[in-house]
Amino acid sequence: MWELIRVNKRNSILLLLAMAVCLLLLGFIIGMGVFGLEGGFFGLIIATVIWLILTAVSFSKGDQIFLLASKAKPVTHKVHPQLFNVVEEMKIAAALPAMPKIYIINDPAPNAFATGRSPKTASVAVTAGLLARLNRDELQGVIAHEISHILHRDILFVTLAGIMLGSIVLLSQVFLRGMFYSSMGSSRRYSSGGKGGGQAQIVMLVIAIVVAILAPIMAYLLYFALSRKREYLADAGAARLTRYPEGLASALGKIANDKSPQLASANKVTAPMYIVNPFKKKKQMKLSDLTSTHPPISERIRILRNMTHGASFKDYSNSFSAVTKTKTVVPPAALTKEDIALREASTEAKKKERHETQMRQVGDIMRRVNQFVFLTCLCGLKLKIPPNYKPDKVKCPRCKRNLDLPRK
Amino acid sequence: MIAIYIIAGVLVLLVIFVIGIYNALIRLRNQVKNAWSQIDVQLKRRHDLIPNLVETAKGYMKHERGTFEAITEARSKAMGANTVSEASKAEGALGEALSKFMLVVENYPELKANQNFLAVQEELTGTENKISFSRQSYNDQVLFFNNKIQMFPSNIIANMFNFTKRDFFEIEVEAEREVPKVSFS
Repeated sequence: MWELIRVNKRNSILLLLAMAVCLLLLGFIIGMGVFGLEGGFFGLIIATVIWLILTAVSFSKGDQIFLLASKAKPVTHKVHPQLFNVVEEMKIAAALPAMPKIYIINDPAPNAFATGRSPKTASVAVTAGLLARLNRDELQGVIAHEISHILHRDILFVTLAGIMLGSIVLLSQVFLRGMFYSSMGSSRRYSSGGKGGGQAQIVMLVIAIVVAILAPIMAYLLYFALSRKREYLADAGAARLTRYPEGLASALGKIANDKSPQLASANKVTAPMYIVNPFKKKKQMKLSDLTSTHPPISERIRILRNMTHGASFKDYSNSFSAVTKTKTVVPPAALTKEDIALREASTEAKKKERHETQMRQVGDIMRRVNQFVFLTCLCGLKLKIPPNYKPDKVKCPRCKRNLDLPRK
Repeated sequence: MIAIYIIAGVLVLLVIFVIGIYNALIRLRNQVKNAWSQIDVQLKRRHDLIPNLVETAKGYMKHERGTFEAITEARSKAMGANTVSEASKAEGALGEALSKFMLVVENYPELKANQNFLAVQEELTGTENKISFSRQSYNDQVLFFNNKIQMFPSNIIANMFNFTKRDFFEIEVEAEREVPKVSFS
C-alpha cells in the first residue's frame, strides 16, 4: 500500500510536469505565432501567470469550489448515522490522519466523490440516491473506494491536473477564437507588422494553430488515461480495505442499472472524481474508450468478482490480468506478498430489499439534511416538519391529535 | 586538502542519511502505537454502548434475562481486566455474548421496529466493524514496521538503536474469529 502511494506520487509529478511543459510550449508557440519571437516569451509569461493563478486558487479553495458547485451539504452524525459510521470505519482501516468531512448531494442519481488537498483535509460526498439504494456492505465498498482515492493521493492530483487541463483548454480556445474573428476582419494585419519575416511569420502562425488544436486533445487523453488507471487502483484499494470485493461489485452493479437521470452538476473535467462516470452514454463506441474517464463498469465488476483467493493488491492484479487479458495496472512495487483473507457478507446484505421504501428515503435524507423534524404520531403516521414551522404544537392530519414539537 | 573535503562531505551525507532513516523508524513506531490505541478507543466505545443497548431492549425481551446477564457480566470483566491476555479473552467473550444477543433479537419483531433500538443497533454494528478494522489497520502498520526493520539498509540503523519487531494482533479464542460480524437483519 505504501509502495503504491510512493509510485502514485511520482507518476503524478511526472504527468503534471508533462502537462506544464505542454502548457508553456503552447503559450510560447501561440505568442510567437502572433507577435514573432519576442511575442513567444510574452506568451510564455501569460501562460505561466494563468496557470499560477489557477493553481493557487485550486490549491487553497479547490475542494470548497467543487463542493459548492455540486451543491453538496455538510452533514453531521445525527443526519445519517450509518454513513458516518461507515466513513469512520474506512478511515480507521486506511489509518487516515483525520476524519474526512462528509457531504450529501441532493440528487437521485447514485454517485460519490472525494476531494481535498491531502488526507488531512479531505472531504467525501455522496448523493442521496446512493444512500437510498445501497445496503451497508455496498455503501462500505463505495466509501472504501473514495477513501482509497484519498489514501493514494489521487484527490490532489485530479485537482491539479484538472486545473492544468483547464488552463491549456482556455489558452487554446482564446487563441483560436481570436484567430477566427481577426481573420474575418483583416487578414493582412499580422504580415504587415512583421519586420520582413512575413513568410516565416505565416508558417509560425500555422504551426501555432495546429498546436492549439492538438494540445488540448493530447492533454485530455493523458488525463483520462491516468484517471482510468486510478479507478482500477482505487477498486483494488477498496477490496483490500474492506476484505470484501463483493460489496463494491454489487454497489457498482446497482449504480450501472440505475434508471434515474444523470447527475446535474458534473462536467467533463470533474468527471474523473466520481466513482462512476456521471455521464450516461447512449451507445458504446470503440473510440470512446480513449476519451472515457472511467473503465467500463461491467469490467470493474468482473475483476472484483473474480477475486476469489484474497483481497490483497496481488489478488486484484491477478484477477485483472485474467479478466482483461492485458498487463496489470498495479505498479510492481505494490505487489508485495500479503496474505489477506476475504470476509463473509453481513446478514443485512443477504436480505432482500424493498425498492419503494428505499426511494422514499431519498426525500427523507434530504429533509434531514435540511433540518426537518421527524415525528411519529401515536396512530403511526410519520410527520415531517420543515424548520421554518414556528408553533410548538402540530395537529396530526389523520387522527387529529395534538403533538408536541421537540425544541432545540 | 581535497581529500579531506571529500571525506567530510561523505560523512555529512552519511549522517543525514542515518538521521532520515532514524526519523522514519520513529514515525512508523508511533504509527504502530497509535493504531494500537485506536483498538482500545473502539473497545471502550463498545463498553459505553452496552448499558444503552440493554436498557432499550429490556422492555421487549422479558424472557431473555440470561442473555442480558451474560452481556453485562462479560462487559464488567472486560472493563476490569488488568493484563493484555486477560483483556483479549474477556473482549472475545463479550463479542460472543453480543452476537448471541443479536441472534435472539431476530425473534422479537417489535423490538426490531423500534427506532431507538435501530439507532443503538447501527451504533453497535459500526463499533464492532471499527474494532475489527482497527485491528486490521494495526496489523498493516506492524507489517510495514517489521519490514522496514528487517530490510537493508534500514535494518542497520534499527539494530543500532534497538528497534524491535512488533507482534501481530492475533485472535486467540477460536470462537472470536467469527465474531466481528455482529449482523442484524
